[in-house]
Amino acid sequence: MNTPALETRGLYKSFGALTVANAVDFRLDLGARHALIGPNGAGKTTFVELVTGALRPNAGQIRLDGADVTSLPQAARVKRGLVRTFQITALFRRLSVLENVTLPICERQGIAGDLFHPAGHHRAAIEEAHALLERLGLDDEALRPVYLLAYGRQRLVEIAVSLALSPKVLLLDEPAAGVPSGESGMIIEAIERLPQDIALLIIEHDMDLVFRVAQRITVLVQGSVLVEGSPEAIAADREVRRVYLGERAPA
Amino acid sequence: MATERLVRASGIRPDEFTVGVFARRHRYHPLEALPWVVALAAVIVFPDYLPLGSQILATILFALSADLVLGYAGIVTLGHAAFFGTGAYTAGILAANGWGEPLTGLLAGALAAGLVGFLSGLVVLRTTGLPLLMQTLVVATLLHEAANKASSITGGDDGLQGMEVWPIFGIFRFDLFGRTAYAYCLVVLFVCWWLARRLVHSPFGRSLTGIRENVRRMHAIGAPVVHRRLVIYTVSAALAGISGALIAQTTQFVGLTSLSLDRSGTVLIMLIIGGVGQLYGAFIGVPLYMVAQDRFSEIDPVYWYFWIGLLMVVVVVFARGGVLGLFDRFRR
Repeated sequence: MNTPALETRGLYKSFGALTVANAVDFRLDLGARHALIGPNGAGKTTFVELVTGALRPNAGQIRLDGADVTSLPQAARVKRGLVRTFQITALFRRLSVLENVTLPICERQGIAGDLFHPAGHHRAAIEEAHALLERLGLDDEALRPVYLLAYGRQRLVEIAVSLALSPKVLLLDEPAAGVPSGESGMIIEAIERLPQDIALLIIEHDMDLVFRVAQRITVLVQGSVLVEGSPEAIAADREVRRVYLGERAPA
Repeated sequence: MATERLVRASGIRPDEFTVGVFARRHRYHPLEALPWVVALAAVIVFPDYLPLGSQILATILFALSADLVLGYAGIVTLGHAAFFGTGAYTAGILAANGWGEPLTGLLAGALAAGLVGFLSGLVVLRTTGLPLLMQTLVVATLLHEAANKASSITGGDDGLQGMEVWPIFGIFRFDLFGRTAYAYCLVVLFVCWWLARRLVHSPFGRSLTGIRENVRRMHAIGAPVVHRRLVIYTVSAALAGISGALIAQTTQFVGLTSLSLDRSGTVLIMLIIGGVGQLYGAFIGVPLYMVAQDRFSEIDPVYWYFWIGLLMVVVVVFARGGVLGLFDRFRR
């Protein structure tokens, strides 16, 4: 078996008496299209925070491309290609779309610490940012401040910012959250067109999106993995239906 | 859109146009010459006010240094006088103890203030918001009390007396009319402004703006946020130190007020009147405040603070974003 792009072993996190991640064993293969679903409060976003390093686990291990990154800070994990998006859009709202994408490119290329040369002299970084916007169809609004964009477009910028970091593993935290149904199509399209070599984990409530994109699904309930399998198997799983539809198991 | 038609007519590819606009943002705008034209014209128009003019120029540098941390990095501080005072006392104590060479005095002031900024930054920048504000206040208060207690070196409550500042380059004496002092402050301010301007337009400066706009995102794109904040805090402290050293050398006096909360607060007020986070707020707010202070205290020696307060209320109610904010609003 080849090394997974991302793996967690016995990941455990609690806030006092509340256990939010309970011995989570998870594996994301190279180039995977994997979805993480579960009811509200199942610990999906906590899982993202643990994996990216925004939160520290109480126990367990996080391995990225085979290497243990459990004790690495967030920035070091990003440098190794572990990138996330946010459920609630977290962009530089007053800065232009182009700047939103140029900033991460400067970080990746290690020129963001340059104190003295004008940012405009790093033209290659700006051109790369613009090319990325073209790929996502955002180039016509490149110079507008982000807050003026339609929300669906802002979600695309969110994806553009993460792509600017050349991720190997990309965690999309509810990419379609809050997007009016008329605009969710363009999010799905953008996700479908992501480079195949990126290992993708999508945390999502929108089942249309999940079943269109995912090749594997993991269901998380109360901090534990309930079941994992192909979309067909998950759709047919009685336990999953019970959790989602609130059916009581027959005594 | 008009620009779109223009672009198409000019034959430039739209992507080149966009990238070009973005890449040229650091170029100088003719309006940026205005402060310097005004500063030079003031020599001819108000020859009797040059000592006040020097104070204004040095204080602009202080406000500019505060703008770098507050306006660009979003670090809210009530203790910036700590660095101003450190620079002032360093240059002052040197000049009072037999080393009156002004330029090395400035450099020593910058280094000492930068060191205080770096060391205190290591501790206070671990927090943000209100705890950060309180800790910056504590640092300035500690230094204030230290200067008060060490009266054998600092002169304590009476202030530091007996400074003797040598001529600049051994040639230009500090004259009675304040001409040399004015030119000295103007040149130093110009050099520091140029450095600050390079800095805010650099990738580092843009990443500071990113930290101010959304620190969570900066962490998520792998930026060493803590490190960047420490760098700008140190640079800003050094610039504030130069400003303090300038005022010490040109007035030949350093008092405890240079480390006071009053000074930390006033510089913020001046900056807010001018406009925060745009590099030029200091150039508008400081002259406005200090000229108003000079006029009001002459017209009404007892209640002049009332008028300053009224000015502040007017700005906060009618001109959020300061005077620069007003300009922006009219331009739209």
